[in-house]
Amino acid sequence: MTEPLEHAVGAAPVSDADPFAVDVLLDPEPLARTLRETGPVVYLERYGVHAFARYEQVHAALTDWQSFASGAGAGLANFHHEKPWRPPSLLLEADPPQHDAPRRVLREILAPPALRRLRANWFALAEQLVNQVIDGQGEFDAFSELARAFPLRVFPDAVGLGPLGRENLLPYGNMAFNAFGPRNELVAADLPRMGDLSAWVGAQCRREALAEDGFGARIWAAADRGDITHEQAPLVVRSLLTAGVDTTVHGLAACLYAFATHPEEWQRLRERPELVRIAFDEAVRWQSPVQTFFRTATRDVTIAGTTVPRDTKILMFLGAANHDPGRWHRPDRFDLTRDPSGHVGFGMGLHQCVGQHVARLEAEALLTALVRRVEHIELAGPPRRHPNNTLRSFTALPVRMRTAGRTAA
Amino acid sequence: MVAQDATQGLVVAAREDVAEGVVALTLTRSDGARLPDWTPGAHIDLVLPDGTTRQYSLCGDRWDAYRYRIAVLREPEGRGGSAYVHDRLRPGDRVGVGGPRNNFPLVPAAKYLFVAGGIGITPLVPMLHQAELVGADWQLLYGGRTRDSMAFRDELASAYGGRVHVAPQDETGLLDLTHWLGTAPTDCPVYCCGPAPLLAAVEDAVRATGRPHRSLRTEVFTAAAQAAPVRDTPFDVELRRSGTTVTVPPDTSVLAAVRAAGADVLSSCEQGTCGTCLTTVVEGRPDHRDSVLADHERATGDCMLLCVSRSCGDRLVLDL
Repeated sequence: MTEPLEHAVGAAPVSDADPFAVDVLLDPEPLARTLRETGPVVYLERYGVHAFARYEQVHAALTDWQSFASGAGAGLANFHHEKPWRPPSLLLEADPPQHDAPRRVLREILAPPALRRLRANWFALAEQLVNQVIDGQGEFDAFSELARAFPLRVFPDAVGLGPLGRENLLPYGNMAFNAFGPRNELVAADLPRMGDLSAWVGAQCRREALAEDGFGARIWAAADRGDITHEQAPLVVRSLLTAGVDTTVHGLAACLYAFATHPEEWQRLRERPELVRIAFDEAVRWQSPVQTFFRTATRDVTIAGTTVPRDTKILMFLGAANHDPGRWHRPDRFDLTRDPSGHVGFGMGLHQCVGQHVARLEAEALLTALVRRVEHIELAGPPRRHPNNTLRSFTALPVRMRTAGRTAA
Repeated sequence: MVAQDATQGLVVAAREDVAEGVVALTLTRSDGARLPDWTPGAHIDLVLPDGTTRQYSLCGDRWDAYRYRIAVLREPEGRGGSAYVHDRLRPGDRVGVGGPRNNFPLVPAAKYLFVAGGIGITPLVPMLHQAELVGADWQLLYGGRTRDSMAFRDELASAYGGRVHVAPQDETGLLDLTHWLGTAPTDCPVYCCGPAPLLAAVEDAVRATGRPHRSLRTEVFTAAAQAAPVRDTPFDVELRRSGTTVTVPPDTSVLAAVRAAGADVLSSCEQGTCGTCLTTVVEGRPDHRDSVLADHERATGDCMLLCVSRSCGDRLVLDL
C-alpha cells in the first residue's frame, strides 16, 4: 500500500472508505455525501487514488480529456502497469487520436436522426409488452418483466444479433462493469464464466454473426469504407454489446423505481406525457445507473489546490456529482419539475455515452406505453438490489399497477 | 461552469502573417473557457462582425482546448470574407462561430499520402501531427504558386524533414501526381485539399495508378455555396404544441428562449456536440451551428439543435 504522503497530495484530505464495499454499492449516497463534504478532492488511501465527488470537479475531469486520460483504463487498473482483462475498448479505454475514428463511426450510427427508423417499431413493441404484462396481473416484478424485458426485446435485434445465446448479454455486461472496480469478491464471482461469456460475445462481433442493416452490420460497412479498420470493427461491435444492455436495463429500472416511490410524479407525467424524456433523464440523474468511472492523470494536475500526480488514477463519482447540492436544488428528490440537463449520468465530453439516444428512445417508448394505460404505480414489496462495482443494479422491483379503464389489480 | 452560453462569440487573440497573402488567427473564448473539441480535418463557421460567414479549417493543436487557430488566404476573387479578415479584423475583435464540424476525418491507416495545394495545407497540418503521433508512415506533397505564398512550409519541413516535399510551381512546375502516387501501396489513403483543379488532377492520378476510388479523401476550397449572412436581428420561435411564440434576441440561444417560454427541453453539452436537444422543425429554415448533423440532414432542415443553432428567417416553428 502506497503511503499518501509519498504522493505529495498537498491539501487533499485522506479517507479510508471503500467505495466498492458491498454495503456502499447497495446504498452509495451516505458515502457520496461524506466525500462531497470532505472536500473537492479526497485521497482514498485504500486504493491509492484521488477521488472527485463534487459536480464541479467531476464535470471538469470528464471534459478535460487532455489532463484526464482514458487510455490507461476507465477502471481502477492502470493499463500502463497492469494487463487489461480483455483487449481494451476502442472507445471507453482510448484517447485521441486512436479514439477518433471508432467514436465517429459509432456516433453516426447511433445519432438521433439515424434512430428515427426504429422509433415506430419500438413504440409498437413497447405497447405490446406493456399490454401483455399489465393485462395479466396487477402485481408483478417490473424489473424482469419491463426494465429487463424491453431492452432485450429491441436492442439485440437493432444490433442484428442472432437468436441464440442472448441470455449471455446481461452476465457479460455485469462482469465487464465489475471489472472496472478492484479485484474484490464480485470480480471473483464472475471469474468462472469469464471465458465462456467472452467467447460468446467475441463470436457475435463477427460480420457473419450480424444481420444485415443492424448497428453491427453498419459498423462492418464503415470498415469496408475504410472509416475504421477491419481489425477495429469487431471491437466496436463489442462496445455496443458491453455498454448497451445492462446500462439501459438498470436505467429503465431506476425510472420505474422512481415512479413507484413518487406517485405524485406519476400523476404529473400522466397529465403531461411530453415530460417522458425529462423523466428518464431525471431518473438517470437521481439513481445514476453508472455510479463511477476512473481516469488517469496525463501530467501533474492541480485541481482545487490539490496536485494529482501524473500516471495516477482518479475516481469520479458520477452519482455523487448528480446529488451535489452545490449544483442541484434538493438533489435527493426525484422531481419532474426539475431540469436535469447537465447531469453526468451519461458522462460528459469526448467519452459521453455514445448510446445515450438509444437509451432515451427505449425509455420514451416504454414510458409512453405505460403512461397511456397505467393510472397508478406503487411498490408491492421491497426492491432488491444487486451489487456491482460500477452499476447501480436491481434484481427485483415488485410493483402494483392500476390501469385506466381496465382494473388489473 | 456548465451552462456555457453557446451564443457567446470568440475573440481574436492574435493575428500573424504566415505567408504572402495568408494571415493566421488565434481565437479564444472571451470568458477563458474551453472550446468545443475537434478532430483533424474539422472546420468552423467564422461569422464576421459584418455578418458574413466563411468556413475555415482548424490548423492548431487540439491538445490546447482554449485556442482555435485558422489561416485565411486573401482571395481577390472572393466575395469579401477574406478581405474583411485581412483588412479589418484585429486582435480584440469579436467573431461568431459555428461547429466545429468534420467532413474530412482522418481514418486509421499505417501509411498516408497527403497532397496540399496552397491554403489547402490548413486541414492537413493537424493530420500530419496525428499521423506522426500514431507512428504512421506518411509523405506530404505540398504545391503552391511560389515558395513565399506557402503557409507553414518552413515549420513543416523542420518538424518532419524528409516526409515533406515542398513544390512551388514557379520552381518545379505542376505536381507530378501520377509518379508520386505510384510510389505508395494502392490501399493507402490519399488525403487531398486544395483548389478544384488540383483535386481533379489527383482524382485522375488515383485512377491512373489503379487505386480504389474510396482511398481518396478530399476537401475542396471554394468560395461557392456559402450561406447567406447570419441575421443579427431577433427572430420569433413559435412552439406549435403549446401555442406560444417567443422572440429570440441575438445574444440569447433558442434553447434559453424556449425554456424561458415554458418549454421543457432536455439538453446536455450545450455546445452543439451531443445531440440531446435535437428538436423537430415544423416551419422555417434553421441556421445550423452544431457539430452533429450531417450535411444532408442540415439541408433537409427538419430538425435542429436548440443550444447553438438559430434561424435564417424571421420565424421558426418548433414541435414543442
